Amino acid sequence: MAEPLTLAPEAIRSARSLALGDADKSLLRFITCGSVDDGKSTLIGRLLYDSKRLFEDQIAALEKDSRRFGTVGDDIDLALLVDGLEAEREQGITIDVAYRFFATEKRKFIVADTPGHEQYTRNMATGASTADLAVLLIDARKGILPQTRRHATIASLLGIRHVVLAINKIDLVGYDRAVYDAIVAAFDADAGNYAFSSRVAIPISARFGDNVSGLSPAMPWYRGPTLIEHLESVELAADGAAEKPLRFPVQWVNRPDLGFRGYAGTLAAGAVRTGDEVVVARTGQAARVERIVTHDGDLATAEAEDAVTLTLDREIDVSRGDLLVPADARPEVADQFAAHLIWMAEEPMLPGRPYLMKIGTRTIGAAVTELKHRVEMDTLKPLAAKTLALNDIGFANFSTAEPIAFDSYDDNRTTGAFILIDRFTNQTVAAGLIRFGLRRATNIHRQALTVDKASRAGAKGQKPAVLWFTGLSGAGKSTIANLVEQKLHLSGRHTYLLDGDNVRHGLNRDLGFTDADRVENIRRVAETAKLFVDAGLIVLASFISPFRSERQLARDLVEDGEFVEIFVDTPLATAEARDPKGLYKKAREGKIRNFTGIDSPYERPENPELRLSAEDGDAEALAERVIAYLVDRGIVPR
Amino acid sequence: MSSPLKPHLRRLEAEAIFIMREVVANFTNPVMLYSIGKDSSVMLHLAMKAFHPARPPFPLLHIDTTWKFREMISFRDETARRLGLDLIVHTNEEGRASGINPFDHGSSNYTQVMKTEALKQALGAGGYDAAFGGARRDEEKSRAKERVFSFRTGSHGWDPKNQRPELWSLYNTRIAPGESIRVFPLSNWTELDIWEYILAENIPIVPLYLSAERPVVTRSGQLIMADDARMRLLPGEVPQKKRVRFRTLGCYPLTAAVESDAATVEDIVAEMLLATTSERQGRLIDHDESGSMEKKKREGYF
Repeated sequence: MAEPLTLAPEAIRSARSLALGDADKSLLRFITCGSVDDGKSTLIGRLLYDSKRLFEDQIAALEKDSRRFGTVGDDIDLALLVDGLEAEREQGITIDVAYRFFATEKRKFIVADTPGHEQYTRNMATGASTADLAVLLIDARKGILPQTRRHATIASLLGIRHVVLAINKIDLVGYDRAVYDAIVAAFDADAGNYAFSSRVAIPISARFGDNVSGLSPAMPWYRGPTLIEHLESVELAADGAAEKPLRFPVQWVNRPDLGFRGYAGTLAAGAVRTGDEVVVARTGQAARVERIVTHDGDLATAEAEDAVTLTLDREIDVSRGDLLVPADARPEVADQFAAHLIWMAEEPMLPGRPYLMKIGTRTIGAAVTELKHRVEMDTLKPLAAKTLALNDIGFANFSTAEPIAFDSYDDNRTTGAFILIDRFTNQTVAAGLIRFGLRRATNIHRQALTVDKASRAGAKGQKPAVLWFTGLSGAGKSTIANLVEQKLHLSGRHTYLLDGDNVRHGLNRDLGFTDADRVENIRRVAETAKLFVDAGLIVLASFISPFRSERQLARDLVEDGEFVEIFVDTPLATAEARDPKGLYKKAREGKIRNFTGIDSPYERPENPELRLSAEDGDAEALAERVIAYLVDRGIVPR
Repeated sequence: MSSPLKPHLRRLEAEAIFIMREVVANFTNPVMLYSIGKDSSVMLHLAMKAFHPARPPFPLLHIDTTWKFREMISFRDETARRLGLDLIVHTNEEGRASGINPFDHGSSNYTQVMKTEALKQALGAGGYDAAFGGARRDEEKSRAKERVFSFRTGSHGWDPKNQRPELWSLYNTRIAPGESIRVFPLSNWTELDIWEYILAENIPIVPLYLSAERPVVTRSGQLIMADDARMRLLPGEVPQKKRVRFRTLGCYPLTAAVESDAATVEDIVAEMLLATTSERQGRLIDHDESGSMEKKKREGYF
């Protein structure tokens, strides 16, 4: 039965003063993290419970759930307050990050409860990316585990400066000070690998509440603050975002009519006043800020985190993705930089593979040019590596399709952070933190050449092109490519054929057949094809090239219309029956590994320029179809 | 300018504006789900701010189950007229024709047909690639788990076990044709934030949120208002006039009132601070069973 609520006048008064702003509370965003079963969800349940943030109907639901799913006998299972997904309740684990809200008299809190399982590390990183403080749970019985180090490393990388070691389940080790001391010492031994500015260690029992909101009588030896006291008082060195140089990522160009052209965005750092001169980081074009427009009226000044719309005093080229900055404090602008990477996809990170990079409001093609190292979680030491697997952390050099403006992540969490997106699955596959730009790009000036591609091709009476034959081993790619080249040659065209087997004997002799090497193999071939196209040739490339991403990379290297993807679509059964080199037999016997179609995938082209199938004729007829296409497209004359 | 906002409300406001602009910059055909409630009112107010001096470049969509409070419908039409926005109203006509109602068909079936199915019909018909919703993470356990940009398959399903990582404010807006994103600009707001913001910004709300004498019956401990003549009264039930208000608004037979004297937004904020039950307690559809919100969301519910 809903009880009538009656309010005492003084309650209304205090509520009014609270609502009208003279009781400002600061906001702390924090995460709970650490290894699986260390009690993260239970701790948050405890914080909500102790802060009286739970409503009666929620407690009733919790009691009901505890009887059904609970893991602590007849007691209320506080973890069920946050483990809100069906699968989480059934398995008794946390899968995804949950955001909960509570307040004490001194502060408001948003807490992200992050999963401990290694499998779900990306969800932990999701929660950590917006947090100011990390509560790192450690099971007193188990001490520091690799997953504890992984979470500490990610928290530190993502710029969290305050860590609390919550040494939990202290009741299960008899409230023993020696256990607490040993864990703190073990953490401090690793501390050189982290960049935390404060570390507080608190022995707690999340289940029973010791040292969470009240000091525990069972641990008179502990003289520090309770967890709540610490969360309420930790100094959030306002990171001085407003004192830094202006960073204004243009998010959206607002043009309701011809008379208004405004640049909508949120200040990532600094402040802006009307009359200030700003430049577009990418081009260096300058203008003055004319108005700072908001729905509530124009402002004279705006600061970091304000969402506003700027108008400029003259027309310059500005679009979404541009960064407006002060002329005398510009960010780096480069197409190469070094960054830390947290890999979050099942498919490994492959150097050379093209991804989409979203940085600020800009999305651009990018690839890892060199993986410097991977961080080994048992020792926190860098190890040489060729790829990154799910949940690995690495350090790598990147290149982007065009120069971009950025700051170091340490200087600015907005202009120094990026995500990588797979071009085909659209999944977010990695989070990146830029450390520094690489000067290489600016020091190698491209040689300006007077004889260019068009003149070279013109001398040959043709347009340059790449005919990219892809398909399974034994599909007939090389046979058809050979026939096409003969026909072109006979009609006086200038060609060159790059063949998979031949290239592997020379240029790519050092590469094997792992996914990483396959990517590098195709990258080198694509770059070679690009040079030959620049020479004015018609290049025939015959490669299994099983991954869409690398075929896209080859396509992106040349101009629009120069790339002709020819899918030789022969069913696996047919190719395997042909088996011209006896390779399928060996693959089936397990003598060759990573063989496309058998134990390595072939990703079919979605929109090839040409699809050739044995049903449409023999190799000769299929080669004629290719020639007809080239004539049709004006690549060779009629 | 009105009196300056408290810092944390300002931060929430700026975050919501950023999210809305990100949608408009990246999607070709967005729509805003407008449910007429307090959260929708705040969301709409933020949209007016985000695109000023332009008008929000998307229509509002209301899924009308035909069982909303009458005051909600008049408020809806008045709001669209006042702000000069396109309003699309959709009802599942098949459901209406077969007389689906909350009395005979159970809250769960009724919600599935008149809300979830209706929503999917409207989203499909409009070909929308992004849809704003006013849900908040503090409302319910499965919502606490949801991303700000929440991916939906071609059939509008949500896969809570496989959500895209969402770091910083770098929202991944990439989708294949037919897929869509549900966007929740109010994810990080609490119920109290909503009321404080309504108070500070003087945002119009449906009067049902404020206390008044209304005809209610008491059913399983819940106060249900007899909003029109379709209300089925059980034998012996006689609607009584009580001073009540609503903390959340939905279909009137499925939305419980609370007894309250809070007749102004200031009173509501004060009452909030002493509340001992959650707002969703008044939502009958949440109580079918534990995890029922997650199930509805997987099926396409907002």
